[in-house]
Amino acid sequence: MADMNMRRDVILALIAAVLALVVMVGGWFLVIAPREAEVATTLGRGDYTLQATDGTAFTEETLEDGPSAVFFGFTHCPEVCPTTLGDIMTWKEELGPDADALRVYFVTVDPERDTSDILGDYVGWAPGVVGVTGSREEIDKAIQSFRVFSSRVPLEGGDYTMDHSAYVLLFNRDGQFSDPIRYQEEADSALRKLRAVLEG
Amino acid sequence: MPFKWIPTLAAALMLAAAPTFAQDDTTLGSLTISAAMARATPPHAPVGGGFLTITNGGDEDDRLVAASTPIAGRVEIHEMKMDGDVMRMRPVTDGLPIPAGQTVVLEPGGYHLMLMELTDALTEGDTFELSLTFEKAGEVTVTVDIGPRGMSGAHGMRHSDG
Repeated sequence: MADMNMRRDVILALIAAVLALVVMVGGWFLVIAPREAEVATTLGRGDYTLQATDGTAFTEETLEDGPSAVFFGFTHCPEVCPTTLGDIMTWKEELGPDADALRVYFVTVDPERDTSDILGDYVGWAPGVVGVTGSREEIDKAIQSFRVFSSRVPLEGGDYTMDHSAYVLLFNRDGQFSDPIRYQEEADSALRKLRAVLEG
Repeated sequence: MPFKWIPTLAAALMLAAAPTFAQDDTTLGSLTISAAMARATPPHAPVGGGFLTITNGGDEDDRLVAASTPIAGRVEIHEMKMDGDVMRMRPVTDGLPIPAGQTVVLEPGGYHLMLMELTDALTEGDTFELSLTFEKAGEVTVTVDIGPRGMSGAHGMRHSDG
């Protein structure tokens, strides 16, 4: 009898394991995979019209002109923004001429202070990096389209700082979202993601 | 979070690397201030970050309440935190506690001195004077080295990888 019970338990456990596998695989195909595909084609899409510091307009169509890296920040930012600019320069150096096709956009989340002139100066030291600004309303549309987070935090004396998403969003030559590079991500992983959008 | 250990490792590497570019330690009573440094800033950047290490060798708690420098209109103590992928920054009000017998590190990714209204861009290789005011120990001036711009923990890690 004990033997039979044990065999029954084993069979039940096997059935449960198979069911769990079916649910996971099904979940991947039905939920996760379509959502990823959806993000790839919709991230960065919206009706924002912004001005780039190279004199061009920055719209969703800009993404379709070749591989690009887009990150959001602001000039009153002591750490993450200059570090990210520095990281991008280092990645470009490591990739060599392959990276020439990569367009890098630094979109301000603080257009009230970051005018085109100020932003142009700020990104000036990083060759190939283009600043992007515009009206508060258009910047907010872009923030929504790229699904980044940004929030104003008051400081003493009427001053303020900005909390914001700190990743670099990578788009392939067709303007499809490929990967985010997280703040302080290891160089090997960042370079792998960059090569994917440059080759893809 | 599989990346939880990265900041710890990065901090350890930075501490290990610190003596190579730090000025001499400065002492004030039982406090020792070391590894004072700032990052070079992009041109016309309105703000910069200052970093240092404070060790309280005494048996009385202290508190860093203010800082100032001729190169910035004002200096605030801030805490930077990564909340998932979101960078959040908060001013530290009421000063930064320096508990007895402990070392407090102001470093990228954590506490820093926010140098606001910079009079000029911070240039790599230059130094500047920074006055620190402690609630009990009083005031002291340290010399701050200006390091390279893109100096993140990630770079420290890359060097360790060879």
